[in-house]
Amino acid sequence: MKYVAGVDVGSTQTKAVIIDQNKTIVGRALLDMETSMVTIAQDTYKAALANAHITEDQVLYVVGTGYGRYNVKFGQEQVTEISCHARGAIALFPGTRTVIDIGGQDTKAIRVKADGQVGDFTMNDKCAAGTGRFLGAASYALEMSLSDLGPLALKSQNPVRITTTCTVFAESEIISHLAKGMLPEDVLMGVHQAITSRCVSLARRVGIDSEVTFTGGVSRNVAIVKLLEEAAGMKINVSPDAHYCGALGAALFSHDRAFGAETRPVAMAA
Amino acid sequence: MTTEILDAVLPGAIAAAPFDPRVEGQRLMKDWYTGLTMARERGQHVANVFVMGNAIEILRTFDFQFVFPEINSLQTGVRKASEEYIRLSEDYGMSPDVCSYVKADVGLILKEQQHPAGLIPKADIAIASNMCSTFIKWAEIWERLLKTPTFVLDLPGQRGANWQARPGDAQHAADSRWVEAQFRDLIQKCEKITGKRFNMDRLAEVEERVNKMIFHWNNVMALNRVCPAPFNAMLDGLTYIGIMNVYRGTSEGVEYMRKLEEQLRAKVARGEGRVVEERFRLLFSGTPCYVSMRRLVELFETWGGVFAYSDYLTFASGGMDAGELVYDTSRPLESLAEITALAAQRGLSNQFFAHERLAQQIRDYDVDGIVFHGVKSCRFVSSGMADTRDYLNKRLKVPSLYIESDLIDPRYWSDAQIKNRVDAFFETLHQRGGAAPLAAKTVAAAAGSPA
Repeated sequence: MKYVAGVDVGSTQTKAVIIDQNKTIVGRALLDMETSMVTIAQDTYKAALANAHITEDQVLYVVGTGYGRYNVKFGQEQVTEISCHARGAIALFPGTRTVIDIGGQDTKAIRVKADGQVGDFTMNDKCAAGTGRFLGAASYALEMSLSDLGPLALKSQNPVRITTTCTVFAESEIISHLAKGMLPEDVLMGVHQAITSRCVSLARRVGIDSEVTFTGGVSRNVAIVKLLEEAAGMKINVSPDAHYCGALGAALFSHDRAFGAETRPVAMAA
Repeated sequence: MTTEILDAVLPGAIAAAPFDPRVEGQRLMKDWYTGLTMARERGQHVANVFVMGNAIEILRTFDFQFVFPEINSLQTGVRKASEEYIRLSEDYGMSPDVCSYVKADVGLILKEQQHPAGLIPKADIAIASNMCSTFIKWAEIWERLLKTPTFVLDLPGQRGANWQARPGDAQHAADSRWVEAQFRDLIQKCEKITGKRFNMDRLAEVEERVNKMIFHWNNVMALNRVCPAPFNAMLDGLTYIGIMNVYRGTSEGVEYMRKLEEQLRAKVARGEGRVVEERFRLLFSGTPCYVSMRRLVELFETWGGVFAYSDYLTFASGGMDAGELVYDTSRPLESLAEITALAAQRGLSNQFFAHERLAQQIRDYDVDGIVFHGVKSCRFVSSGMADTRDYLNKRLKVPSLYIESDLIDPRYWSDAQIKNRVDAFFETLHQRGGAAPLAAKTVAAAAGSPA
């Protein structure tokens, strides 16, 4: 059996996905970023190979994606994460027309055509407001883990309005609200609302058409999912593999190169 | 034996070096800066002028040397020195939100007029206009810091959403009279500063040369409608527009434009394009990012993408690129007023009705996509880009890319982010079935690794 792979070197985490000829996901791995993007790309890829119980020589083609895509030195090709997230999202949810991706340092909205092509896209500028980094600032200020932020925020009864959109100032604003005696869940909900508002504003530039698929690490945050659904006025697709979406898209581009482009739904396994 | 005689006897025996628009452009710009540095020594008068709405035709008849503060500022960017000038002005107290051209110019003042290209003389007069609101505030800075007297031209601009004054309208006649009266005031001021009498015949001569330059300019722009495009509007075009502005109304300017047209015509005849393999034709909307323009163009050309046209080449030449705008040299001052009024209106309308103009240019230059470059400190040009982009995407189905940096401030240039957007844009164009992809690995290798 021959395989192909996609490696998504993001700003905070690196993800790798291996699929077989039938487009079944057979292996995956996710590692936190280290100082060397080249090393982390290699390590994540090796972890995915181990997870799939295969060896490197069984992999025919590797596509690198994400900001660090050129650090996937063992890869044959680089494709931007915009194309890869669109490809991955349509594979996970074929009805996808809008992809919202919130990662560690950027947020993007992609309009996808019925055939999976990218229609239009928009991203945040150099400023990290409205990205996962904003949640990172909150987690630091509240001394909580990232995974606890969403559930706590959902307990809020009286959300506090966070006026700054700047990630740097957000931290001091959070501390200031806490010092005034505001409840952590109310402050947190304010933070989540601020991110969502920024993200929705971005997404409206390309249009929010059903179905909407939410990808990237922040898609694991239940409060953001809920707020996005409220703002968009529709149910939003979130896969348990949403944070692997870019790597999956990259693996599918690898599949095109290795086995020829044919449309077949992705099967979930491993 | 003169060169002419030798050429007649032995055609091509003494062939001059072939005309290279870039090299010749650089030489002319260097000569201009040398002229500025020597201006005081030579006892010449100096005027600060902007590229739009500057009445340069009148000033030339008084033999003014011209300082173009916008060009000085962009040149600090091209020469990778802008950050030093900008930081000086910010240390002086200017907000980061202020136009970076202004900040670089204030930095120049704080550095006692020492520009990377040489000493810039202080002006005897500054001509500003309402073509950009920043011009007026900028001129106020010169008044305050350099005691430069300012003359502000009030040019009639926008009339309404669906109505513009046109030649033959009573409104246009009134606008022209209004501008002409201001020109007469300006002439008096110039006579006072220089001690020279205004010479109407000289104005006609200058206008005749401007007419010739615009004739060639229009032809040059039209040549880029050919596929492959013989030049890149956002690299080569920036050299051309520099000459159009700095040498406007001069014989050197006419000669440059004539030779340029000739050279490009020959290139088109040979089927030579700016890039070896033109895969995508693009339109660039907005101001350049002078500090990284070569890099930006490289990001596009790596994919075989060429900027066939840019609206910058329209508005940064003061809206003077339209064939209809030809001076009637039999009545030089009236004609100058009429055309200045029209050009001002056109320059301003181009910003407010960008979607109509861009739609036309998309058709004229047969482009595959449009690239918008937004600059936060230049709202005049950048405002409305999102709406224009939306219109072109939805109504005309033209793919577009929006990138953001600055005119000359390198701190706003994020290479990895811009490369990411450019690459994604080309992936999208390719998916649309535009052009065959280059070998991906070749593209990646040629583009280098910014990460």
